Amino acid sequence: MNFKNFITYTLLLLFLGLIQIIFLKNLALFGVAFCFLYLLGILNLPIPISHVPLILISFGLGLAVDIFYDTIGIHAASATLMSFLRPYWLKAISPTGGYDDSAKPNLPEMGIVWYMSYSLPLIFAFSLVFFTADQWGTGGFFGVLNKSFLSSIFTVILAIIVQLLFFKRRREIR
Amino acid sequence: MLRILQFLYSLRSFLLFVLLEVLAIGLIVSNNSPQGAAFFNSSNALIGSVLKTRSDILDFFSFAQANETLIRENALLLEQIKALNQEPDSLPIPLDSAFEAQFQFTGARVISNSLRFAQNHLTLNKGSKDGLKPGMGIFNQDGIVGRVKSVSENYAVGISLLNTGLLVSSKIKSTENFGSVNWDGKSSKQAKMLYVPRHVRAQAGDTIVTSGFNAVFPEGIRIGIISSVNQGDDPNYLDILIDLSTDFSRVNYVYLVENTQIVELDSLYIKSEVVNEF
Repeated sequence: MNFKNFITYTLLLLFLGLIQIIFLKNLALFGVAFCFLYLLGILNLPIPISHVPLILISFGLGLAVDIFYDTIGIHAASATLMSFLRPYWLKAISPTGGYDDSAKPNLPEMGIVWYMSYSLPLIFAFSLVFFTADQWGTGGFFGVLNKSFLSSIFTVILAIIVQLLFFKRRREIR
Repeated sequence: MLRILQFLYSLRSFLLFVLLEVLAIGLIVSNNSPQGAAFFNSSNALIGSVLKTRSDILDFFSFAQANETLIRENALLLEQIKALNQEPDSLPIPLDSAFEAQFQFTGARVISNSLRFAQNHLTLNKGSKDGLKPGMGIFNQDGIVGRVKSVSENYAVGISLLNTGLLVSSKIKSTENFGSVNWDGKSSKQAKMLYVPRHVRAQAGDTIVTSGFNAVFPEGIRIGIISSVNQGDDPNYLDILIDLSTDFSRVNYVYLVENTQIVELDSLYIKSEVVNEF
């Protein structure tokens, strides 16, 4: 983690946060599928990042998005849970022999199958907490489940598209 | 002792996680309680300015439609002025000036709005500098929109009618039976009317308007039209579903109404120990 990386990740988080609050706030496909693209910023942080800063970054980012959404605390709570689960999930799906030291958990480096199995459950956990907190005491459990499932699929699809379009593929030596 | 500290240190990420979750839940609860002061929300100056810039750009695309509704409303108002300006055929009785000035109106622009969550809020581009206060009613030409929750110097945050926490005192226009309109969190086009007793003859197609009982809205502002009346599960009350007359997906410009006598009314209620729950 050098200084250049630090700047890159900060800019990525800021940029994704801005996209989220400016364009994606009121976007909901068919009224059920929401998009939480800013989670891409948390998911793409380097693998060896230690747990405490990861949780703090997610909480801060969630709180910042919350203020614009007027849902104070909901994004923060869900993002904190997601970042808490992230290292355990990374360990659970690690390939045989473990990760490379320089490996980053993003699409161009790890391939689409790994990336989906990495991001989908984490984003689903996020959405589940998010919609449970949002619909507390009103909607039934089925509505929450439905929204979480569709939202996580939509978010993963958009995250994959964004990475295909904008993330540079590392030059491979064949 | 050292071992306890070492043990706690090995659990540090989990402890931090629990601490932050508790903090977040505390924020959620304090934000959603009706009396709780909202510490962070979009009425903050910096955040308000970002939202305003966004809305400035997006509003550019809806000018034509905004103009059209304004013209339609102007026409309606002109019609009313004409009716008011008719030559009296009898001696007019001057109204009590205190009653005449009971409600004060002002306008504002919505710079941020949500409608897909269970607790929806909107942000207005005016604040305490322009005389906005918490508790004012928000409506537009189609019907009611919500209620002001908190105010900063330049911006205000309102609870949308599409918020399961907001009850609006209302009545069926034709029969004068009153109840409370509350959103059930399902469709952004429909809400429920609660506490209407079973003997009431409500029909699909009846208009629902504000009752003026809760001293936030004046009487007679449209809320919606009854879409269906069912017997429901509750043994005492009907299950009434209404189609909201406001299209919340395109709320751009709104009016705000303030009851200048709300302090007097509230103190009267407290003095006579009446709990006004509508």
